[in-house]
Amino acid sequence: MRKTYKLYVGGAFVRSESGRSYPVRTPDGAFLANAARASRKDVRDAVRAARAAFRAWSAATAYNRGQVLYRVAELMEGRRAQLVAEVAAAEGVPAERAEASVDAAVDRWVWYAGWPDKIAQVFGASNAVAGPYVTFSVPEPAGVVGVLAPRASALLGLVSVVAPVLAAGNACVVVAAPDRPLPGVTLAEVLATADLPGGVVNLLTGHTAELAPWLASHQDVNGLDLTGADVEQRTALEVTAADTVKRIPRVRPGEPDWTADPGTTRLTAFLETKTIWHPAGV
Amino acid sequence: MWEYAPAPEARETARLRSSYGMFIDGEFSESSAESLKTVNPATEEVLAEVAVAAPADVDRAVAAARTAYERTWGPMPGAERAKYLFRIARLVQERSRELAVLESLDNGKPIRESRDVDVPLAAAHFFYHAGWADKLAYAVPGRPDPTPLGVAGQVIPWNFPLLMAAWKLAPALAAGNTCVLKPAETTPLTALVLAEICQQADLPPGVVNVLPGAGETGAAVVGHPGVDKVAFTGSTEVGRQIQRTLAGTGRRLTLELGGKAANVVLEDAPMDQAVEGIVNGIFFNQGHVCCAGSRLLVQESVYDDLLGRLKRRLATLRLGDPLDKNTDIGAINSAGQLARIRELSASGDAEGAQRWSPPCPLPDRGFWFPPTLFTGVSQAHRIAREEIFGPVLSVLTFRTPAEAVEKANNTPYGLSAGVWTEKGSRVLWLAQRLRAGVVWANTFNRFDPAAPFGGYKESGFGREGGRHGLEAYLDA
Repeated sequence: MRKTYKLYVGGAFVRSESGRSYPVRTPDGAFLANAARASRKDVRDAVRAARAAFRAWSAATAYNRGQVLYRVAELMEGRRAQLVAEVAAAEGVPAERAEASVDAAVDRWVWYAGWPDKIAQVFGASNAVAGPYVTFSVPEPAGVVGVLAPRASALLGLVSVVAPVLAAGNACVVVAAPDRPLPGVTLAEVLATADLPGGVVNLLTGHTAELAPWLASHQDVNGLDLTGADVEQRTALEVTAADTVKRIPRVRPGEPDWTADPGTTRLTAFLETKTIWHPAGV
Repeated sequence: MWEYAPAPEARETARLRSSYGMFIDGEFSESSAESLKTVNPATEEVLAEVAVAAPADVDRAVAAARTAYERTWGPMPGAERAKYLFRIARLVQERSRELAVLESLDNGKPIRESRDVDVPLAAAHFFYHAGWADKLAYAVPGRPDPTPLGVAGQVIPWNFPLLMAAWKLAPALAAGNTCVLKPAETTPLTALVLAEICQQADLPPGVVNVLPGAGETGAAVVGHPGVDKVAFTGSTEVGRQIQRTLAGTGRRLTLELGGKAANVVLEDAPMDQAVEGIVNGIFFNQGHVCCAGSRLLVQESVYDDLLGRLKRRLATLRLGDPLDKNTDIGAINSAGQLARIRELSASGDAEGAQRWSPPCPLPDRGFWFPPTLFTGVSQAHRIAREEIFGPVLSVLTFRTPAEAVEKANNTPYGLSAGVWTEKGSRVLWLAQRLRAGVVWANTFNRFDPAAPFGGYKESGFGREGGRHGLEAYLDA
C-alpha cells in the first residue's frame, strides 16, 4: 500500500491548507510519493501550535522531558527497517550506509534524551555577589524555534538539529529537507506516538525557500536555525529576523558532518540565562 | 520634608579639561574631522569639546586594535593580561572621586549614585574579569581550549557611561580580544578618562581604543569589516539596525537592548520594602535604566494602601543639583531625551491615564522632569508598552498571580522583572514564569560582575557578567 505523507501540526497529520502537494523523487529521479507542500498559512498554524505547546513542555520536569525523548529513541529503533528503507531511497545510498545513518540517529536521540536534567547544573550558576543576596542563574528555553532542516541528511541531520532544541525545552516548527522529506514525516509519526505533547514539534514539508521568510518574520518565533536555508537566501533571512531580534546561531556553509561529536553548541543555541536575586536576611 | 543644607561635591574634583581627544593606538589625538560639545544637562553649560571620530579614525583604530591583537595582547599569557586588568581596577578605585564627579557633571545623575554604584561597580568589573584571564579553560563547559575572537567593536549608551565601558572592555580584554569602544555622544568624558587610566596602567598601545562620536561613528565601528565581534547596549531600534548590518557576515553579535519591566507586588508583600524597591526600580538614575521597573503591577486588594505609601514616599524625593550628596533625582541626560519623556507622558494623558507628581519645583536651567506616576493605565496604553527611559511609572493592577504573570509577560521585551511577596514558594513560582533575563525578588536594580545580565526576546541576546558574559568574547 502506498503511504500518504502529510504535514504534522499541533499533534495532527494534516494536508496543506493550500491543497498543494509536490512529487518527491529519489536522487536518480524515480518517483517516491507526493508530499504536502506547506504554505504561509501552514507556517502560521504551526507557530501557533508550537507556542501553545511550549508552555506545558517547558514547564514539564526535566526528568519527564528526558523520558519522553528517550521514548522517541525507543520507537525510532522499533521502526528501524522502515526508516532505513526511506533513508536509502531519499538519499540514494546503499542499505548499509542507511542503516549506519539510522543507528546514528537513534544514538543521537539517546544522547540528547539524557541532557534535560543536566543542563541547569552544567550551564547554570550560583553567583557570588558582593552583597547580602542569594543569586543564581538558570538556563531556560528561548521559546519557539524555527528550524530549517539540512538538505542532504534526511534523518540523521534532521534529528541532529531537532533533538537539541527539544532537550533544551523549546517547541519548534521544522521545515524538512525539501527534496528528501519522507523520513522526516515518518519521524513525525514516531513523535506522535511517543508521548511528546502535540505541537512541541511541528513538521512542514515543501519548499524551504518559500516557507523560511515567514518563519523569519513571524513575531512569535524566538529563534531560527538556518542550517538548511538556501545559501543565497541566508542574508535576507537574517535581515528579516532582525526585526524581531531573533536568536540565529552561526551556520557554516555546506552540510555539516553529522557523524561528528555533536558537542553542546546546538543544545545551548536556544537557551536563555535567567538570573534571580533575593536578599538574605532576618 | 526636612530641610537639608546643600552638600555639593567640589566640581574641581573632576579635573575637567576644555577639550578631549580620541584615544587610538595608545595616544590621544585630535579629530581629523569635527568635534562635539558635551554639556552639563543640569545647567546646559558646555563642559568640553570632544573630538569626533570620522571613518578614517575608525579605520586607524581598528587597524591598531588588529595589530595589538596579533602582536601583543593576543599572544600574551593570560596571567600577564590579568595583571593589567587588576591594575586598571586599582586605578579606577584610586581615581574614583574624580570619575564620580565627572560622571555626574557629564550625565546629570546624582553623585550619590555615581559615587556608590557606577564607579565602584566599574572597578569591580575589571577586578572580577582580571581573574578570568588565566582561567579561560574553565569558562565554557566542555571547551577546554577557547580562543579570543579578535577585534571587538563596542557601542555603549549614555545612562551608565563608565560602567558600560567597564562591562564591555573588561570581559573582552580578559578573553584576549582588543577593543574599539564608542561612548555615547552626550557622555564621552569618563570613557576618555578610562582610556587615560589604560595609559597609566601601561596597557600596550592599540589594546583599547576609544572613539567618541554620534550615530555615524557607531555605525562605522559596528559595520567595519575589520571588526570580529560587535557588542551593543542601547535602544532596540538601533539594535535591530546593527543585527541587520551584520546579517550574513558571520561576525559575532551580542545585544543588550530596551525593556519594559514589570514590578509585581502581591498582597502579602513587605510593603515598606516594596515601596523602596519600586522607587529604586523606576527613579534610580532618573529612570534612564534599560531594566527599570517601569510597569508597576499591584494586586487589587492592596492597591489603595500601596499607592498611598508610594505617593508619600515620592514627596520626599529631592530633585536638583546632581553634585549635591542629598540629591535623589538628577537631570535628564539631554534635551532630546526630555522631549521623548514629555511626548510619551502626554500620550498617557491623551489615552486617559491619570498623571500624578509630588510638589516638585524644577530648576530654571537644564533638563528636568519630576518623578511621575500614572494610574488607570491599561495594557494597551503606549506608556504601558513603550520604553519611556525616564522617571515615569505606569501603575496597573491584577487579581491573581496568574493574571500578574500574563500581564508581566505581555510585552515584546524581556530584560528584567521584580517580585514582591513574603512567601518563598510564590517568589519562586513567579520567578520561574516571568520571561525576563533578570528577576529581582524582594529587591530591584542590583548588579554585580559575577551575576549574568541580559535579555529575553526583543531585549536582546547574550549576557554580560559572570562566566556567561565571558562566553560572548570567546570562540568556543
